Amino acid sequence: MNHTFTLPNSGHNFDAKASKLGMWLFLYTELLLFGGLFLVYMVYRYLNQEAFLEASYELNVWMGTINTVVLLTSSMTVAMSITALQKGDKKLSLILLWVTIAAALVFLVIKYFEWSAKFEHGLFPGMEHYDSLQLGERLYFYLYFFMTGLHALHVIVGGVFILVVVKKIGNGSVNKERYSLLENSGLYWHLVDLVWIYLFPLFYLIH
Amino acid sequence: MAEVTVAHPNFFQVKKGLFSWIFTLDHKRIGLLYLYSVGSFFLVGLTLGLLMRFELLNPGRDLVEPQTYNQMFTLHGVIMIFLFIIPSIPAVFGNFFLPLLIGTDDVAFPRLNLFSWWLYVLGALFALSTLVFGDGPADTGWTFYAPYSVNTTTNVTTSVLAAFILGFSSILTGLNFIVTIHRLRTPKMGFNQMPLFAWSLYATSWIQLLATPVIGITLLMIVAERVFGVGLFDPSIGGDPILYQHMFWIYSHPAVYIMALPAMGIVSEIIPTFAQRTIFGYKAIAYSSMAIAFIGYFVWGHHMFTSGMSGPAAIIFSILTFMVAIPTAIKVFNWVATLYKGSISIEVPLLFALAFIFNFLIGGLTGLVLGALAADVHVHDTYFVVGHFHYVMFGGTGFAFMGAMHYWFPKIWGRMYNKLWANIAFAFIFIGFNVLYFPMFILGIMGMPRRYYDYLPEFHPLNMISTYGSWILATGIIIMIVNLIVSRKNGPKADANPWNGITLEWQTTSPPPLHNFDKMPEIPEGGPYNYPNAMNE
Repeated sequence: MNHTFTLPNSGHNFDAKASKLGMWLFLYTELLLFGGLFLVYMVYRYLNQEAFLEASYELNVWMGTINTVVLLTSSMTVAMSITALQKGDKKLSLILLWVTIAAALVFLVIKYFEWSAKFEHGLFPGMEHYDSLQLGERLYFYLYFFMTGLHALHVIVGGVFILVVVKKIGNGSVNKERYSLLENSGLYWHLVDLVWIYLFPLFYLIH
Repeated sequence: MAEVTVAHPNFFQVKKGLFSWIFTLDHKRIGLLYLYSVGSFFLVGLTLGLLMRFELLNPGRDLVEPQTYNQMFTLHGVIMIFLFIIPSIPAVFGNFFLPLLIGTDDVAFPRLNLFSWWLYVLGALFALSTLVFGDGPADTGWTFYAPYSVNTTTNVTTSVLAAFILGFSSILTGLNFIVTIHRLRTPKMGFNQMPLFAWSLYATSWIQLLATPVIGITLLMIVAERVFGVGLFDPSIGGDPILYQHMFWIYSHPAVYIMALPAMGIVSEIIPTFAQRTIFGYKAIAYSSMAIAFIGYFVWGHHMFTSGMSGPAAIIFSILTFMVAIPTAIKVFNWVATLYKGSISIEVPLLFALAFIFNFLIGGLTGLVLGALAADVHVHDTYFVVGHFHYVMFGGTGFAFMGAMHYWFPKIWGRMYNKLWANIAFAFIFIGFNVLYFPMFILGIMGMPRRYYDYLPEFHPLNMISTYGSWILATGIIIMIVNLIVSRKNGPKADANPWNGITLEWQTTSPPPLHNFDKMPEIPEGGPYNYPNAMNE
């Protein structure tokens, strides 16, 4: 009533491109956040090559491999879910998202068992066995817990994000025409995946 | 209906009450929320600064214990850097004026914008809580250098978390501005028709986005090191303190340009308006902002010339540092060239802009002294450095902030301040500032180290002069603030366009309506500063 004129370029319009651009920018910051850790890893790996090698034998390559497969598959399902929604198949899209969330849970459960095993061996910073290790190995485990821990946090956040999208697809606010939120959750999930793709070889595979 | 001219209520009148402010999605109100919070913390930081200067009035103990002094300069630094100067111009004037300058009604993500402010408040609470608990505020200096930051019993963890949260607030503001600039410009406005303040915010936002996460993760590592006792940075448990310094400055040097670039944008707005003349070298100014942002990433090593660094690395960092001076000098050259043959009206905002150029020139040139390897070894960690960065930060950004305040005051509140008092305040501030900080250069060259609460007798006279300067400066700032606060409600009514500016914010009413524009804003023909009434060249 008191406001009749609206600018065509209003900030309150729905703008899928803007939200996607915003998401990409946010992903840059996430990459740089992990980038700082990768930098520290690089420096200490260079300074303590023997110790890092020694310590890396403590990790369970099998569990790491399974987790890699789980995450890669979940990235595929979330991508498929976007296509499904674009084609109007809401039901399939939801199923694929639930599969993604299930994969996130599987990943976290495996991670839980991995971490518990390390705890049992007293390898967490501050524990007795940890303190008796030589410096390089301590740094290795410290970085291992810090980096995979931060990554696991991102898995949780990504899972919750997808859960929100599931709810919004359910009530129709994310739909065939307005699917940018789903795309954004997918982008975020791919980032989680991407970070793991670097963490896995750095900690488990380099021998 | 007697008053038909008042078509739309302005953004102050739309809604009333506290909740209509702290949960607002209007970019103008969020800008003002930032203004009040940032302004309050500036006064806290200023008070700490005055107390420190008072302690340094005479050699020996005047006011506080050495330990208290250490905590004071740390808190002064943390507040001034993270709570005042980084959010100052982008979060206050960027929020309020970026949408107006590019002809839209809000930022791209209004909710995210409000969230940024709340993060800022949370970070501020963390910073202030250090005063109350445990052994008091951190005593490490705002740089939190390891290993001391790992060992000290003061509240480093809380301070560091405060900086972490404030960093995220800053990232989200930057993200919002980049998307706003890309997506919400008024239809006919290309990047090269954007006002230069928008350009400088664009460059700043990219730095906020790409540099801040690095400090975020570094500070988290400090927290983890304090909690779990793992030697990432503390050499006594096997860490590398130099690595911390690298990680810290990878962010904190670009952060210097987060503080400086928006100020340069403000000056680029003020000067053409008061010269009534097209800005000289529009593209050169716009692109030099991007160049500063880009080169600024690769110069962090110049903070560490005396920390242990290989010769070649030091030489490369030194050369890159000198390169930043080039785009900066281009800007100064263009501002001065804009004034040439302009029809200049000496108003308070222009005085602040000119003072900016004067102060920034001194700050910038002394920066080159510090960037030169041989000279740096002599003056590193002396008062020369303190003088240098206060000239750049306060003399530069602080003056631009005050200039912007006086430039856009009539637009924000629809009133004009008392110009006589504003001029008097400016005189006090300008003189006080130079009396306060210029002696520091001499003290530094004489060899007075920074961050000590005491000094040798031969430094006494200059320290006294400096402390007197701090009183003159504080007087000026108080006069300015009182003048502005009083004029906000009681000043004479201002026109929609009191300075005869032609950027888009002057095309709407003062204060602007909630949706900024009641009709389509028209961008000036031939560039954002193409004054039709300018003298023929």
